Amino acid sequence: MNYQYVAQRLLMALVVVLGITFVVFMIMQIVPGDPARVILGPYASDESVAGLRDRLGLERPFLEQYLTWLAKAVRGDFGQSLLNGQDVAPQLWGRVGPSLELAIVSLAIGLAIAFPIGIISALKQGSALDIVPTVFSQIGVSIPSFWMGILLILFFSLNLELFPPSGYTPLSEDPGDWLAHIILPAFTAGFVSASIQTRFIRSAMLDVLSANYVQTARAKGLNERTVIIRHALRNALINIVTIIGLQITALFSGLVLVEIVFSWPGLGRLALNAVEERDYPLLQGAVLVVAVIVTIVNLLVDLLYFFLDPRIEYV
Amino acid sequence: MATLPEDSNKRKPQFDESLGPANTLWRDAGRRLLRHRLAMFGATVLCIVITMGMFGPAFSPYDPNGMDFADRFANPSLDHLMGTDDFGRDIFSRVIVGARVSLQVGLVAVSVATVFGTALGLVAGYSTRITDEVIMRAMDVLYAFPAILLAIAIMAALGKGIGNAMIAIGIVYVPIFARIARAAVLSIRNEEFIIAARAMGAGDFRILVSHVLPNVLSPIIVEITLSLAFAILAEAALSYLGLGTQPPDPSWGRMLSEGRAFYRQSGWMAFFPGFAITLTVMGFNFLGDGLRDALDPRLRR
Repeated sequence: MNYQYVAQRLLMALVVVLGITFVVFMIMQIVPGDPARVILGPYASDESVAGLRDRLGLERPFLEQYLTWLAKAVRGDFGQSLLNGQDVAPQLWGRVGPSLELAIVSLAIGLAIAFPIGIISALKQGSALDIVPTVFSQIGVSIPSFWMGILLILFFSLNLELFPPSGYTPLSEDPGDWLAHIILPAFTAGFVSASIQTRFIRSAMLDVLSANYVQTARAKGLNERTVIIRHALRNALINIVTIIGLQITALFSGLVLVEIVFSWPGLGRLALNAVEERDYPLLQGAVLVVAVIVTIVNLLVDLLYFFLDPRIEYV
Repeated sequence: MATLPEDSNKRKPQFDESLGPANTLWRDAGRRLLRHRLAMFGATVLCIVITMGMFGPAFSPYDPNGMDFADRFANPSLDHLMGTDDFGRDIFSRVIVGARVSLQVGLVAVSVATVFGTALGLVAGYSTRITDEVIMRAMDVLYAFPAILLAIAIMAALGKGIGNAMIAIGIVYVPIFARIARAAVLSIRNEEFIIAARAMGAGDFRILVSHVLPNVLSPIIVEITLSLAFAILAEAALSYLGLGTQPPDPSWGRMLSEGRAFYRQSGWMAFFPGFAITLTVMGFNFLGDGLRDALDPRLRR
C-alpha cells in the first residue's frame, strides 16, 4: 500500500482546514464600513462603538487579529456572543449532537431509498422501470428542500396529525418522541440526497454488471441472486462509498435549510439566528464547526476508499 | 510507396465533407438537442418563465402588490387562480411577477461565477505548478463549505438584499467553474494546436483566449445551465430565510416564507410559489442534461 497517499491526503485536509479558518475569519472583515457600528446599529453612541471595536480587536493589524483569533479557535475558544456575552463554544457543542443525528438519519433514509431503486433500475436497464431513477433524480434535485418540508408538515402534521411539525426531543430522554420528531426533517433531506445517489448507484452497478468476473460468475452457474449480491454489488460498493462522500457537503447544505424549516436545534439554525442578531462570533463559530465536520467526513471517506481499493494512487 | 497518393486521395473527400459549412459541431449539437424530448420540455418551460420575467406585469391579472383585506386567504377560484395571501394579494399575479427576481438573480450570480471561475480555472490549468496549486487549493477551501451556509455567511457580512444575494451565490459557485475549466485545459494543453500556436509566437493570454477557451466552451455551457438551476434554488432559499428579496417585492422564496406563517389559514400560499420554483429549476436541469448529451455524445449512456 502506498502510504504516501495517506500522508498527502492528511496534509491537504490540514491546508483546507487552515483555509476554512481564514475564510471564516474574513466574514467579519468584509462587513462594509465599521463592523462595530453595524452590530450596534445607527443609534449607538460613539463611545460604545469604540468600546466594541476595542473588544473585537478591530484596531490591531489584520494579520495579528487573524493569528490571535486562530490561536484561540484552535483551542476551542470562539470568543463571546455579542448578544448575551456568554462563551460561544458551549453553545456550539450543544448543537453538534442534534445536527449529526439529523445528518446520519437523513443519510440512512436516503440510502434506503436510493439502493433498491438504483439497483433494480440497473438490472432492468432499458425497460420502463429504468425511467424511474431519471424522473426521480430530476424531481429530487429540482424540488427546494424547504418547500418539500413545508408540504410534509402541511400533510403529515396538520392534516393527518401523524408527526409533530417541529421541535426536538433528546434521544436519551425519550427515544420514541425523538423518532417522531426526526422522521419528517430526515426524510426531507434524505429524499433530496437519495435522488442524486440513485443515479450514481445505478451507473456503478451498470459498470460492474458488464465486467468479466460477473459473466464468469454467471457462467459458473451461480444463481442470479448470488451473482448480484456477492459479486456485483460488493464491487460496486467501492465506487458508491466515494459518491456518498461527495454527497456529504451537499447533504449538510440541505440540512441547514431543513433545520430551519423544522425548528431543529442544530448548527444551521444557530447560524441563521446569529445572522439575524448580527452576532458575528457565534456565526463564525457555527460556520467553522460545520465546515470542519464536513472536511473531516470527506477525509475519512477518502481514506476508507483507499483501504477498500489499494489500487488508488494520489495524482 | 505507390499506395501513398492513393491513400491521400481517399482521404480527400472525407476532409472536404467535414470542411463544409462552418460550425458543424454546433449545428450537429443543435440538431441533437431538438430531438431530446426532456430538453425540449425544459426549454418550453423556460420560455414561459422568461416571458413571465420580461413582461410579467403586463400579464398579471391583478396588481401584485394590491391588497384586498376583504378577500384574504381565498382558495383558488376563477377569480384568483392560485388564491390570495394574508394581505388579500392575488398569488397568481405575484408568482408571475416573481419570475423576474429569480431569473435576474440567477443570471447575475451565474455570470459572476462563470467569469471569475472560468478565468481562474484557465489560469490554473495553463500556468505553473505553484500558481495552479495556490488557485485550486483556494477553490477547495470554498468548496468545503456547504453552499447555503457559505452564502448565508457572506450575506451576513455584506447585508441583506437582492444585490448581495447575487454576489453571495456567485462566489459560492466560482469553484465549480474553476474546476471544470481547469480540467478541460489540462486535457488539451499539450495538444499540437496549442504547441503550434506557441511556436508561431502567440503569447499566453492570446493562446488562452483564442485557442484554449473555445475548446473548453461546451462543458462550461452545460455547467452554466445547470448552475442556473442551483442559483435559482439558492436565491429562493436566501429569500425564504429573509436575507434576499425584501418586502413587499414578490419573489418565490419570500412568498414561501410568508406562506409558512399561515399554514393553518391557507396551504395554497406556500404551495404555488414552491411549485413555480420546482418547475423552473427542473426546466434548467432538463435543458442542461440535454445540452450535455448534445454537445458531447460520447458521454451518452
